[in-house]
Amino acid sequence: MENILEVKDLNISFDTYGGEVKAIRGVSFDLKKGETLAIVGESGSGKSVTTRAIARLIPSPPGRITSGEILFEGKDLVKASEKQMQNIRGKDISTIFQDPMTSLNPTMKIGNQIMEGLIKHQKMPRGQAKKRTVELLELVGLPNASERVDQYPHQFSGGQRQRVVVAIALACNPKILIADEPTTALDVTIQAQILELMKDIQKKTDSSIIFITHDLGVVANVADRVAVMYAGKIVEIGTVDDIFYNPKHPYTWGLLGSMPTLDSNEEELVAIPGSPPDMLKPPKGDAFAPRNEYALEIDKVQEPPMFKVSETHYAATWLLHEYAPDIEPPEAVKKRMKGFAKTGTIRTSEEGEKS
Amino acid sequence: MAKDNLDRDLFVPAKQDDEGSEKIQRPSLSYWQDAWIRLRKNKGAIFGMIVLFIIFIMAIIGPFFNEKGINDQDLGLSKLPPRVQGLEDVRWLGLDGTKSDTFEASSVEAAKERLRQRYTQRDDEFMTYDVKSDKDGSAEVTGYFHIYEAKGLQDQYYWFGTDTLGRDLFTRTWYGTRISLYIAFLAAAIDMVIGVAYGGISAYYGGRVDDVMQRIIEILVGIPNLVVVILMIMILDPGIISITIALTITGWIGMARIVRGQVLKLKNQEFVLASRTLGSSNTRILSKHLIPNTLGMIIVNTMFTIPSAIFFEAFLSFIGLGLQSPQASLGTLINDGFKALQINPYIMIFPAIVISLIMIAFNILADGLRDALDPKMRE
Amino acid sequence: MAKYIFQRLVYMFITLFIIATASFFLMKQLPGSPFKAEEKLSAAQLEILYEKYNLNDPLPIQYLNYLGNLFQGDLGVSFQMNNQPVTEILMSRIPVSAHLGIQAMIIGTIIGMLLGVVAALYSNSVIDYASNIISVIGISIPSFIFAGLLQYYLGVELGILPVAFWGSFAHTIMPTIALAIFPLAISARFVRTELIEVLGSDYIVTARAKGVSNATLMFKHGLRNALIPLVTVMGPMAVSLMTGTLVIEQIFAVPGIGEQFVTSIMTDDFPIIMGTTLFFAFFFILIILVIDILYGIIDPRIRIAGGKD
Repeated sequence: MENILEVKDLNISFDTYGGEVKAIRGVSFDLKKGETLAIVGESGSGKSVTTRAIARLIPSPPGRITSGEILFEGKDLVKASEKQMQNIRGKDISTIFQDPMTSLNPTMKIGNQIMEGLIKHQKMPRGQAKKRTVELLELVGLPNASERVDQYPHQFSGGQRQRVVVAIALACNPKILIADEPTTALDVTIQAQILELMKDIQKKTDSSIIFITHDLGVVANVADRVAVMYAGKIVEIGTVDDIFYNPKHPYTWGLLGSMPTLDSNEEELVAIPGSPPDMLKPPKGDAFAPRNEYALEIDKVQEPPMFKVSETHYAATWLLHEYAPDIEPPEAVKKRMKGFAKTGTIRTSEEGEKS
Repeated sequence: MAKDNLDRDLFVPAKQDDEGSEKIQRPSLSYWQDAWIRLRKNKGAIFGMIVLFIIFIMAIIGPFFNEKGINDQDLGLSKLPPRVQGLEDVRWLGLDGTKSDTFEASSVEAAKERLRQRYTQRDDEFMTYDVKSDKDGSAEVTGYFHIYEAKGLQDQYYWFGTDTLGRDLFTRTWYGTRISLYIAFLAAAIDMVIGVAYGGISAYYGGRVDDVMQRIIEILVGIPNLVVVILMIMILDPGIISITIALTITGWIGMARIVRGQVLKLKNQEFVLASRTLGSSNTRILSKHLIPNTLGMIIVNTMFTIPSAIFFEAFLSFIGLGLQSPQASLGTLINDGFKALQINPYIMIFPAIVISLIMIAFNILADGLRDALDPKMRE
Repeated sequence: MAKYIFQRLVYMFITLFIIATASFFLMKQLPGSPFKAEEKLSAAQLEILYEKYNLNDPLPIQYLNYLGNLFQGDLGVSFQMNNQPVTEILMSRIPVSAHLGIQAMIIGTIIGMLLGVVAALYSNSVIDYASNIISVIGISIPSFIFAGLLQYYLGVELGILPVAFWGSFAHTIMPTIALAIFPLAISARFVRTELIEVLGSDYIVTARAKGVSNATLMFKHGLRNALIPLVTVMGPMAVSLMTGTLVIEQIFAVPGIGEQFVTSIMTDDFPIIMGTTLFFAFFFILIILVIDILYGIIDPRIRIAGGKD
């Protein structure tokens, strides 16, 4: 399948009073047509910055793309002008944000907020745009759509607002939909509904989705491939099966170990010790080494390159080097992996069906 | 892969230094230390503090700088322009002890004659001239009248000049500053005490008490303080105490509302509930949670009350309801200056500069304090 | 909403009643006779005047008369100005003050808004610092000092504008500037803070992600949300204008209500003082009410909350 998006060696810095923060340090990945790529990692690992950079939504100053390419259908978005970007945003690449409570304009009717993109990108006359808006609201499952277009955001609940945000993002049938933790701020049942909605819509429109989350359960549900980020770098990337059955990076082990599952019998969750590094002064060598009980001496000296595990699976850890001692994932994680194999990773969220 | 360059010995499990990753980078600071650090970074606030410090000192010692008294009237010395040692040759500063004016006339001599008439001089003994232009039939001459010499006061220096009654303006300006600050601080302190008590009681007891107290406030808020202040001053004779009382009659309402709002908000906040759940006593909740989180707002609000009281005092003087002579405040001094503004602007300028500096300094310091004490600003 | 407005009107009525009562009894406490200016009056003449103005009646009767007249819009007659009805005097003075006040308010707010927007767009630039200094100065320095400086430099020294009095547009310029500085400073500072906050909010990112142009972003999403709260500072602005007119009209000898008020204070003409006081209070309460209702109308969040109330 063809790549709709290729990110090559992206570096992004923020200029703060404390100095230059290298938020993104050489991130590369690609996105195929119709697939869902999940990006996981702790807060501050650079997930959101990476995806905002794709839509060029990083405020500048303080943000700067210092080097790298973002190729969308072969065109480098890093070099695109603001005008060109305005024509791409909302039409080809659109974004769903995390917090539905704040991401809608409080003094503008819902309908107008959805129509804005239609009028701008598809040059629709107002009447037609309004009709399409009602359709969109029905598509995202909002009852009484024709009345609700004339209401204001505060008249909607959190889940309903997120549906509106999804409708805004979908208005122009974007080729890439970036979902930046779209369900984190929502109740669990609403989360499931929104996820279902996104899967449905993807089936209908064949768009590609980049899904940011720190919830591995959600990843197993929706993603085709997974990229694990730590301290501004992708440390492991592969298919869902690669990441859940055969994780190679100790950080991924840590994430899987700290994820509760319904099927696992053991009570214990394995936490990753410590906290992410201060990106004002990133440590020498592998940024994860100080928190990594499997760290090698070389991790303190040199950053590991991406090692190829298989055609689809890459990981940045010295453990994959031929000199490295044989180290097995911790027992808890192995047990967990067996658990995934037993039940199958992709669990559909039945609990969310009742709406 | 460039394996050749890699040292095989490095591929051994690393020694963990546990302390490294968990170390807390910043020293922990108390609320007030933190606020002080933030305030220190604010250049405007520091400027405000320095200006206020200087003005306070001058308000205390300024009236004693020279041997001239506050009410030493001498009509023979009236309306002397400012004269400062060492600045007599810097003409543009206007502190050289001369009066000057510019006249246009048909000839230089005619212009000089008009200047002499202007200062009722018969000859050129105390006059110097500066011929600006001299064309056929039109000349422009600036004349300087050395009034100190004319009055035989060569060795006298009135730094800010004298007023229409011949009183030293330097002494009076700092004396007036003292009175204005005194009124403002007194009014702000009374506002604070009443406001905190009223707001605190209203929020603490809640329910019925709060309801009644809030209805009263709602009615009082509708009364413009301008009207109240003017009515009160008309009843009570203008004086330091009556002006202060008039300013506080409605002045405390703002403080009461702020304190009430803040206490109500805090009372139900989760950290207070958490503290209560952990068994903290009322005293502890009050001293560790409610007071520190309200104190900042009280301080900031008081800092804004002071300049507004200074303004109101000056305003009252201006509409004839201020302190009566021989007492002086910045407001009465400015008001007196206004009457002589067209000919002797310096009478108004100095008290006007002082009052403006006080107002600006208090406002930017209060702004800085508000930002510094805002817990949301902590990083 | 209707219930809310009704409730506010009731409060407004109570407040006005209290002010009317208080000012009546306070005025009665005033030392001196209202006719003290006319020193040549004999005791008999004074007695006639007292009788004429019902000043010999018992206080409660005077009070009831006063309230009764008040309800009919009759504020009494001036003691000093040839028995002219106070209402008539006020009516002749209000248009002048209103002209000055509205002119100052509009000019001040518009320039202040522009300044605030520019300062927010180029925050931490030279323009921002300049705007910041202007607003600190404008908020801090009393308007009568500005008035004095203007009068001295523009009127006396340069002679380009009339020093005082009322008549042509040129006469309005200096008092307008002196009055406009406070609204200008307040709105510049307020709009700057609001706009910076709005431009940093999530919904602005949402709008950008939709691909809207910078102009749409600024006007439809940014400015609208930043300017709505400006209505809330209109109250303090109106109050400062009211206070300002007293001194500014005095300084520039503008025949407005403020100048009349100050003159009445000097001459103890208490029907005018009471009338003006009531007028100021009424105006103040009305402004606050109008602002609250207006805010409810233009901000959809408040509108609904008000409706549920």
